[in-house]
This record gives sequence, C-alpha cells and structure tokens, in this order.
Amino acid sequence: MSLLLEPSSAMIKEQKLYREMGLTDEEFARIEAILGRLPNYTETGIFAVMWSEHCSYKNSKPVLKKFPTDGPHVLQGPGEGAGIVDIGDGLAAAFKIESHNHPSAIEPYQGAATGIGGIIRDVFSMGARPIALLNSLRFGELTSPRVKYLFEQVVAGIAGYGNCVGIPTVGGEVQFDPAYEGNPLVNAMCVGIIRHEDIQRGIATGVGNTVMYVGAKTGRDGIHGATFASEELSEQSEAKRPAVQVGDPFMEKLLLEACLEAVKSDALVGIQDMGAAGLTSSSAEMASKGGFGIEMNLDLVPQRETGMTPYEMMLSESQERMLLVVKQGREDEIAAIFAKYGLEAKAIGKVTADKMLRLYFRGEVAAEIPVDALAKDAPVYHKPSKEPAYYREFQAMPPYIPHIEDYNQTLLGLLAQPTIASKEWVYDQYDYMVRTNTVVAPGSDAAVVRIRGTNKALALTTDCNSRYLYLDPEMGGKIAVAEAARNVVCSGAKPLAITDCLNFGNPEKPEIFWQLEKAVDGMSEACRALETPVVSGNVSLYNETNGEAVYPTPVVGMVGLIDDLSHITTQSFKQAGDLIYVIGEAKPEFGGSELQKWLEGRIFGKAPEIDLEIEARRQRQLLAAIRAGVVASAHDVAEGGLAVALAECLMGADGLGANVTISGDATSELFSETQSRFVVSVKKEHQEAFEQLVEAKRIGEVTDANVLVVNGERGETLIHLSVAKMRDVWKGAIPCLLKSKD
Amino acid sequence: MKFAVIVFPGSNCDVDMYHAIADELGEEVEYVWHDEDNLDRFDAILLPGGFSYGDYLRSGAIARFSKVMAAVKQAAEAGKPVLGVCNGFQILLEAGLLPGAMRRNQGLKFICRPVRLTVENNETMFTSAYEKGEVITIPIAHGEGNYYCDEQTLKRLIENRQIVFRYHGENPNGSLADIAGIVNERGNVLGMMPHPERAVDALLGSADGLKLFRSIVNYWRETHVVTA
Repeated sequence: MSLLLEPSSAMIKEQKLYREMGLTDEEFARIEAILGRLPNYTETGIFAVMWSEHCSYKNSKPVLKKFPTDGPHVLQGPGEGAGIVDIGDGLAAAFKIESHNHPSAIEPYQGAATGIGGIIRDVFSMGARPIALLNSLRFGELTSPRVKYLFEQVVAGIAGYGNCVGIPTVGGEVQFDPAYEGNPLVNAMCVGIIRHEDIQRGIATGVGNTVMYVGAKTGRDGIHGATFASEELSEQSEAKRPAVQVGDPFMEKLLLEACLEAVKSDALVGIQDMGAAGLTSSSAEMASKGGFGIEMNLDLVPQRETGMTPYEMMLSESQERMLLVVKQGREDEIAAIFAKYGLEAKAIGKVTADKMLRLYFRGEVAAEIPVDALAKDAPVYHKPSKEPAYYREFQAMPPYIPHIEDYNQTLLGLLAQPTIASKEWVYDQYDYMVRTNTVVAPGSDAAVVRIRGTNKALALTTDCNSRYLYLDPEMGGKIAVAEAARNVVCSGAKPLAITDCLNFGNPEKPEIFWQLEKAVDGMSEACRALETPVVSGNVSLYNETNGEAVYPTPVVGMVGLIDDLSHITTQSFKQAGDLIYVIGEAKPEFGGSELQKWLEGRIFGKAPEIDLEIEARRQRQLLAAIRAGVVASAHDVAEGGLAVALAECLMGADGLGANVTISGDATSELFSETQSRFVVSVKKEHQEAFEQLVEAKRIGEVTDANVLVVNGERGETLIHLSVAKMRDVWKGAIPCLLKSKD
Repeated sequence: MKFAVIVFPGSNCDVDMYHAIADELGEEVEYVWHDEDNLDRFDAILLPGGFSYGDYLRSGAIARFSKVMAAVKQAAEAGKPVLGVCNGFQILLEAGLLPGAMRRNQGLKFICRPVRLTVENNETMFTSAYEKGEVITIPIAHGEGNYYCDEQTLKRLIENRQIVFRYHGENPNGSLADIAGIVNERGNVLGMMPHPERAVDALLGSADGLKLFRSIVNYWRETHVVTA
C-alpha cells in the first residue's frame, strides 16, 4: 500500500482499524494517552506488534515470574537473546528454545527453516559460537496426507537450513497425537559456547553512537508475523501465507561468521537479531534496555523492493538481519569486518538521550514513540483462570488398568507407535556430525557434544510428554522437567539449567490460562528440586485450530555438563554377562500412557505421580555411580514403560540380548509409565560398588543370544522376541506410515 | 608438511578438516580464504565440505569461479595432493579437475550416517596406508552425492584404477558403480563424498579416516627426503 493510501489517524480510530492488527479498544485508548494524540498508521502498527503476546508476553508475564531463574552458575537469565550458564574453564553455554508453530502450519518448509534461523541468531547475537541444534516437534496422526506433508516438509526445512549453516542438529523429539492435527508445533533450540568476557547484550547506549544495519535487505515478507503468531489458526489462516518469511541459510552463515568477528571488537556496543517485529523490536528493545532513545532514517534502510512505506519497513520480518550499535567514529572498522563476507554494514541512525523511537522518512517524522511504552512498559494482563471440567472428571476416575493377554504382541505394538518408534527417518536427514564434536548422536537419551580444548562435554535434550500435562498440567509440568533431567543424567551429565517453550492454546480462555498457570507451577517446583533454573524461553499461545487447543506442551530444553569425557554413557547394553538393574518400582499408572492411547484411542484418568525428592535422590545416586565408573549403560523408563526401555537398550547393541525376571503385576511392571525409573547395566566386577551407591533391583543380565526374554515371578515366559524382529518393527514404523497411501 | 584448507563463503567443514590435520595428524595447517590467488607455500590442498555460496544453483557451480580455484588448478598441475571432500568433490567436478558430475541422491533426501567403504585402490598417495580391499567406516552427509559419468569415462576410470573408494553393501545415494571417491588420471587429485575428517577420533565413532591423511604425509615424506 502506498503512503497516500494509508488510513488517516482519524480513520484508524473511527473505523477501529487497529482491531485488525490485534489491538483492543482499551489498548488503543492507552496508546492515545501515551502519545497525547492519535497514532498514525505506522505508529499503530508498531504498537500492535510490540504489544502482541509474541513480543510483549503481556498475558504470560505474571506466570513466567514464578520460574526460578537464579543460581550460582547463571551468568545471564531470561530477557536477552539467550540464557547463559558457567561451565568452568572461563567458558559458558548460551542457549534458548523458540517456537515457529504458526508459520510451519501454513508453509512448513520455510516456517521450520526460518525458525532455525531465528534461534541461531539469538545465540550468536550473545557473542556465542553455535555448536548444536535440537528440536521438538508435534504433529497429528501420521495417517492423513496433510499431516504427512507437514511432517516431511518441517523435517526438510530444519535439515535444509541447519545443514547449510553447518551447525549439527544433534537431538530432539517428535510426537504424534490428534491434538496437533491442525496446529503442529515446531520448537527449535540452539546451544552455543562463549568465553565469559565475550558476552554481548542487546543494548543501545551512548548518545551519538551509530545504529548500523547488517544482513539481508528488508522486503515485504513477514509483515505482522508477530501478530499472526498471537491469534488462533482457522480456515482463513491460509491467507496469512505472506506473513511467513523465506529463509536464506547462506546469508545466515555469512552473518554468523561476520558477527562473531565483530563481537571481538570493542567498537561494538550492542547487537540484536531483528526477529519477531524486525526493525521495530530490535531498536525499541535495545534502546529501552539501555535507557536511551534511537532515531533512524528509514530512507537508508537497505530495501529489497521499491516503494516500501515506513509501516512495511518497520513491520517486515525479513530474515537474516541484525541491528548493531557501534561507537561513534568507529563505523568503518565494523563495516570492514562485514565487507570481508560480502556484507554491507550500513549506518541508519543513532542513539539519542530522549528515550524516544523516532523514525524519519523522506525528510519527515514518520513515527515518534517513547521506547519504554513499546518495551518494558507494555501492558500486562492478569487473565482469569478456571479449572476445566474435564480435569475434575479425570481426577475422579478409577485407575485404568489395561487387560493384556499377549505380552509379545503388546510390546511389538508399542514399538510401532510413531511416538516410540525409531526417529532415524528424521535424523538421517540432519547433519548431526558437522563440527566433529558429536560424541552421542541422535537416538540415545541425550545428545552429547564435546567441548574442544577441554575434557568436558555438554549433554543436551528436549522433552515434554504433553499427554500427562493435558490430564494434569501441574504433575505433567513436574514430569517434563524431571524427564529432561533423567535423560541428561543417564548420559553422565549434571543438569545445569533449562530453557522452555510454553506452547498453549488461547490464554483468553480461563481453562487454558489455568493449564498455563498449573504447568508453570509444576515446572517451577521441579526446577527448584533439581536445581535447574530457567535461563531463557519463549511463549507460544493461541495454538488452536477452529477453537480446539493443542495439549498444553511446555517443551523443556535442558543442558547438562559432563566433567570428564570418560563419564559419557549411552543407553545401549554393552556386553554379554553385564547385570541389568532397574531403579524404582512400578505402580499401576496408565493414565496418559502410550498403551492407553493405543488401546483406547484416547487418554483419560490421572497422570502418573511424581515425587520430586525421590526423583532427585535417584538422579544423584545414578550420576554418582556413573562418575565412579561402575555403570555400563543407563536409560530412563519413559513412554511404553520398562518393556520398551529394555527393547531400546538392545536396538543399538549388536548381537546382544537380555534375560530378565520381573516380580509383581506383570502388566504394570512392564508397561506402566511410573516416573523416576531407570534401566542400568553394570559389569559383574562392579556389582558391589554399584549396589553400594544406588538403590536398585537386579532383574537379569545381558546375553549374547540376540533375544529379549522376560520371565514372570513363577518362571513363566512373558516375552520372548528376537532383537531383529523388534528392530524391524521399531525402525520400519515411520517410513511405513509415510509410504502408505490411505 | 603444510596443508591448506580452502574456505569458500558457505564452507562449513573447514573447521573439521583443520582440526583433523592440526590435532590428530599433528601437521601444519592454515585456512585460506577464497580470494587468495597463491598456494605456493602449501604442500597439499584440502577443499572441505559445506554449501559454498549457498549452493542454490548446482553444488560447486559458483565456487569453481572463485579466485582461489586458479591456484588450486596450478597446485594440481604441479602434482601436489589435492583432496576435495563432499562439497569439495562437487567443486572439483565442476572445475573439471575430475571427470563426471553429481546428481541429487536417489532418495531425494539429505543423508547423514556412517557408511562402509571398500578401499578399491590402495596404490595412491591418499590410500597407501590402507590394505587393498579394506572395509572402512566413514560418515557421509550430503544431498547430492549420486555420482554419474558417461560409459567411456567409467571405462577409463576402471581401466586406470581411478575408482578409489566404493560403497560397501548398501549404496546410500545411487551413485554409478557404487562410486564413493575417484582420483584423476595422474592420481594426485582425489574427490570423495564420505568425510574422512569426521573419522579421525574413536571417541566420535571411527578413526578410519586418519589413514587417508597419514598416506598423504607418507607420500610427501617419501618425495621430500629430508637431509639433515
């Protein structure tokens, strides 16, 4: 739209045009009061994106405050591009997870690809060298052509972008449930390494310092992306395709290398990614954080298209762009660094004292807004919360106990469930080895990436069983954090901190807001119990299609530290003769289990319970045993219960089998999803040392027979399956579903 | 002995190549930015993997016009070892330093996994440390590794023993005659899709790639007898 055709201030007010941009009547009145006049079209758009949930967290802020965010090792908590924790040797890990759900629902390849691009920029904008990517994906059932298309294209988009930039995608999770049919979730996490002294912040200070623009030119793509991300999906969402950006991973790679060179220069004052709400959010947030103002001449903004208006430039979410603040007079030094990579660093404005965001266009002031009104003083809402009726019903139900006759068929059936089945089809497409530090590749409990130049490694995982959260958001929230920590501990690491991506429905519905509150309560409690503060995160609300919300899905991305490379442990059994132990007893807990979902076609009842003290104790004991060198393999018991966990311990163990005997109710023992359980194998010579360190029950041993044999307490054979058969089913499930034509 | 790791905009296995040489092999190595035009100070040239110039056109199609490529050609003509891995192989094909061309993987998807290779020819400066017929494990990570050439070229490759590595067992990308790596007629330019630089440390799964780099060093030592 040309400038002349833009609605006037009066029209915006009278015809309530701001509503189309997502602003309420009250918010518009508030804008009028802040400015002391009516906003023009550009200003209305700027307020709309900055006050969107995506940028302002206006609905979630009061809830997010509950997260513990401090710890002796936390160098940077929430509020910057990424959280940062100390890992010793003068080094730190910078990491964050972010959603790109709505764009991926409309244009899955580019939606997913640009999600990867955004999270990489968040990490290198802190000055950190990105070393690993992870993701967490949710789709509907792999039976409809639409879901298959979304799944294949999202994976291709992640691969296409991450592989090209050259950052290994080392881990992640994929789950399938009808709750995500219309609204898939695409969450991406990036982890970087940084020296303490190199930490950068997105801040604009020093009157007269220069605001520089680097990276791709600004086009008309992604306009109002942040607003789009803050509303429900519907049949009309297809029309929002222009709000999805297009990624250029080559540009990202150049920008990454150039920015990491630039952060070494003391000419650089601040740096921030132009992410959601692009030029608007980066400039307003940097100025607000610094306590200064910024003025920019939009005629100088590099543009990909002709005739762009201030509204379009300020709201564009074109990818691969960064905003820098550079010391006055030293612009050439920074420009020279970018020139090496064929990039132009262009001065487009300067830092001012008056705390205003002032934009010039063709010699006139196009917008003039107090920066704090856009950033730290954005509205905050305390939404009403209400316990949903379904929750009370579920809590009142008698325990669900499945009736199992054939344990062999049950185990094979579970291994073929796409949520449990091998994800090789997915991670084969990701370059998980580039940079040659990936010690434990995708497929084990946590990925392990060594830190070159040290004897240390990081263990990384993303986790969330949203079925438990749907049944009981508080319990499920605790479990999500605990499970992530379990995975990290199993790999030999001490859990350090988490980043979270809170994917929920429309918070304006009290029942949804209740889910959010309870989930955060549960997660916070677990974070305290396991001493893993929240150092960064992202909120994605309005994940609904035609009024149906996704399951509450607060994805936990956890980073753990392995002090010594010799502690690295995987889930696979290692050698015949090793003893197999299980830590923790089973209870008949099948609510939200994989078995219930499979047999009943839906989930109901109570989620499994978790006692965080017991959880923390078992994790401490297991880690102590791993560090003492007496654990051959460790794996957590998760979806599908102990039987699936045992099968998984054999999938990567060539030529081995297992022979175990269980006691108690076989169905619960084998398939219940009781929390805080582990399967561990131990060399015979370490039996005594292990048993002294860990409260665990010996259930059998690793064999060279290539079969899994499970006996009941009366000596009856419950399961007798060849590893080859289990592996076929488990590896074949997803490729087979994708190939089938119905 | 001194190695050059050529860095094009978009190269991303340059770091891996560098560390393989510096840390595991213990030889001298230096990054060379694509705009340099002189490689005289180096004894061997390494073209790493990645997505040079984004590879939005055909892989390697733009990199071949890079300034440094003229110097790479000179080094090849001078008989120095030139190794191109993955994108480096694609660039060598585009530059005409090796015969044939690369197509998209048969399955049309990017594939990253360790694969098994047979050493077909252990009488090259790149493979002398291997046994003939040795089966080694080296990772691949590519979307376009489906090697192709015409019949006469294939015949020549076979007759001259230019096929150095073939996929053992399953062919992951559909390449002609299971080709994973070839040398030029003179034998001093090797292009291969698998990444030997990713297999130099048992901690990461395999150290089978190390012998390739050792072979280069051995060759250099033999041809540059140091007199004390």
